[in-house]
Amino acid sequence: MKTSEGKFQGVWTLGEQRDGEISSVSYELLAWGRELADKRGTTLASVILGHNIKEKAESLVHHGADIVYVVDHPGLEHFAPDVHAAILEKLVREFMPEIFIASATTYGRTVMPVLAAKVETGLTADCTELDIDQETGLLIQTRPAIGGNVMATIKTPDHRPQMSTVRPRSKKPLAKDESRKGKIIVKEYPDELYVSKVKFIEFIKDETTALPIQEAEIIVSGGKGLKDVKNFTLVHELADLLNGSVGASRQAVDMGWIPYSHQVGLSGKTVSPRLYISAGISGAVQHIAGMSSADVVVAINNDPDAAIFKVCDFGIVGDALEILPVLIERLRERKTINVKGES
Amino acid sequence: MRIVVLVKQVPSTDKVKMDEKTGTMVRSAMEAELNPLDLYAVEEAVRVKEKIAGTEITVISMGPPNATYAIREAIAMGCDKGVLLSDKVFSGADTWATARTLSSGLEKLGQFDLIFSGERATDGETGQVGPSVAAQLDMPALTYVSKIREIGDGRIVVERAVEEGHEVVESSLPAMVSVVKEINEPRMPNLMGKIRARKTEVTVMTAQDVGLDSSKAGLTGSPTRVVKVFYPSLSRNGTIVDGKDPEKTVEKLLQFLKDKALV
Repeated sequence: MKTSEGKFQGVWTLGEQRDGEISSVSYELLAWGRELADKRGTTLASVILGHNIKEKAESLVHHGADIVYVVDHPGLEHFAPDVHAAILEKLVREFMPEIFIASATTYGRTVMPVLAAKVETGLTADCTELDIDQETGLLIQTRPAIGGNVMATIKTPDHRPQMSTVRPRSKKPLAKDESRKGKIIVKEYPDELYVSKVKFIEFIKDETTALPIQEAEIIVSGGKGLKDVKNFTLVHELADLLNGSVGASRQAVDMGWIPYSHQVGLSGKTVSPRLYISAGISGAVQHIAGMSSADVVVAINNDPDAAIFKVCDFGIVGDALEILPVLIERLRERKTINVKGES
Repeated sequence: MRIVVLVKQVPSTDKVKMDEKTGTMVRSAMEAELNPLDLYAVEEAVRVKEKIAGTEITVISMGPPNATYAIREAIAMGCDKGVLLSDKVFSGADTWATARTLSSGLEKLGQFDLIFSGERATDGETGQVGPSVAAQLDMPALTYVSKIREIGDGRIVVERAVEEGHEVVESSLPAMVSVVKEINEPRMPNLMGKIRARKTEVTVMTAQDVGLDSSKAGLTGSPTRVVKVFYPSLSRNGTIVDGKDPEKTVEKLLQFLKDKALV
């Protein structure tokens, strides 16, 4: 849609749900949305599509939304890309938001490009920073490319809505405020709009309770320097103790020590945890590309010239197989003491 | 079955180096290769072809004239035909305009049952072109596919690798499937493949050939504008300690983490 097609106003965020529960990324996104809406002097709306989700919509208001558009239908229980995009298209064409942002999750990164193609507007992927241009009022979208070694600032001057997906964990949710009041608008559409070419069969939940690395606050990553799949259990142990998730270098994945979903780097996942501990990873540039936006980086490697030491905040030149067991032991002791202290 | 694989030529990832002084990454613009994540899409297409008789695979790309190199790499792995959409007016395209151009090319080439793409390209890293092409051609976008369970009789059953596990869905064909790395182990092209790749003519199509209005292509046809590009320095001046005495080193590390409120 072109700016000339009418008056576009308001900031929208795309809420996410699984099994009727609103995902935490929806609240992070509202924190971004609130900031943008306030700077633009406009309202913030959130959209949520699902089944048996109506009752949960209020919590989006408690986290910053002024308006929630709810579409609640059995046909939306599972993610059907065609149906979700078709409903969003209806909403966008009717209410004409000026800005529409989603999380850069598998959901957001699937439905938003489809929606952008349908409404003929731009979409900027995986932004880490959003702002409003004071002069023009345009959305300023900043995103890393080539794993963060290039940052690009992007605008969508003449098309609406201005759309982006935003990297998970790039902002903390606002504190829940149950006294906040907002408008819940439930939209209904004819049944035929919910007929999808895609049929849900089953969901196989990962056995691990750890967060996927893209969303993890703490990541412990292992690489070739661990020498053996048996030693890789040290990485798991440390991650468990820290309530973190397990990452890996490409070599560790290629050797079959851990599945691909744990790979950090240019051909794996880009992560931005608060703490990234790498053990036995030399830091090929392709790996660094995937973790350089971590807040704090700790590196353990026996080669003092390893590139990972250039990008770490605390580096240990030593054998990860000697350091990790001691670290694990110390953390276990502390945990026991804490538990005793509480009882 | 008619299959198409969307591919992109990207600067070679092996050539990425870190600039010692600035701490930024530099890539040689001279060396190019087939996007590493597209190899998995090509491999999966070839596996479908090996299973279903009479399957033909077309590789398509939008890019500069030398992008035929990436297309030939895919042919060497077992694809049959190559099409390069190349025209001055295509340059500077964002994902929307790229998808529009690819879709116009595909419409010219006839009906396809299955469109494969990689998860994303290792340079732009958007992952938007596949789903966007699906939307333009009115096909369902099956993204992050880690396994094809069944295919045939106008339907496909896939596993999608999503945040908390794997979602299994069935879709009618035609459909667009973007694959993740865990789906397969791409083959190395054999000598026969390489010879065939060299001999196969890659069809080059311009905006006029695909019937695309130049206002819908390239920079002119792109809703987004890059207004600034900058190179952040990645180096941190961290504390480096000797780890010869693991006990003492771990104490120092724990103190560091405590100071940062991380433990």
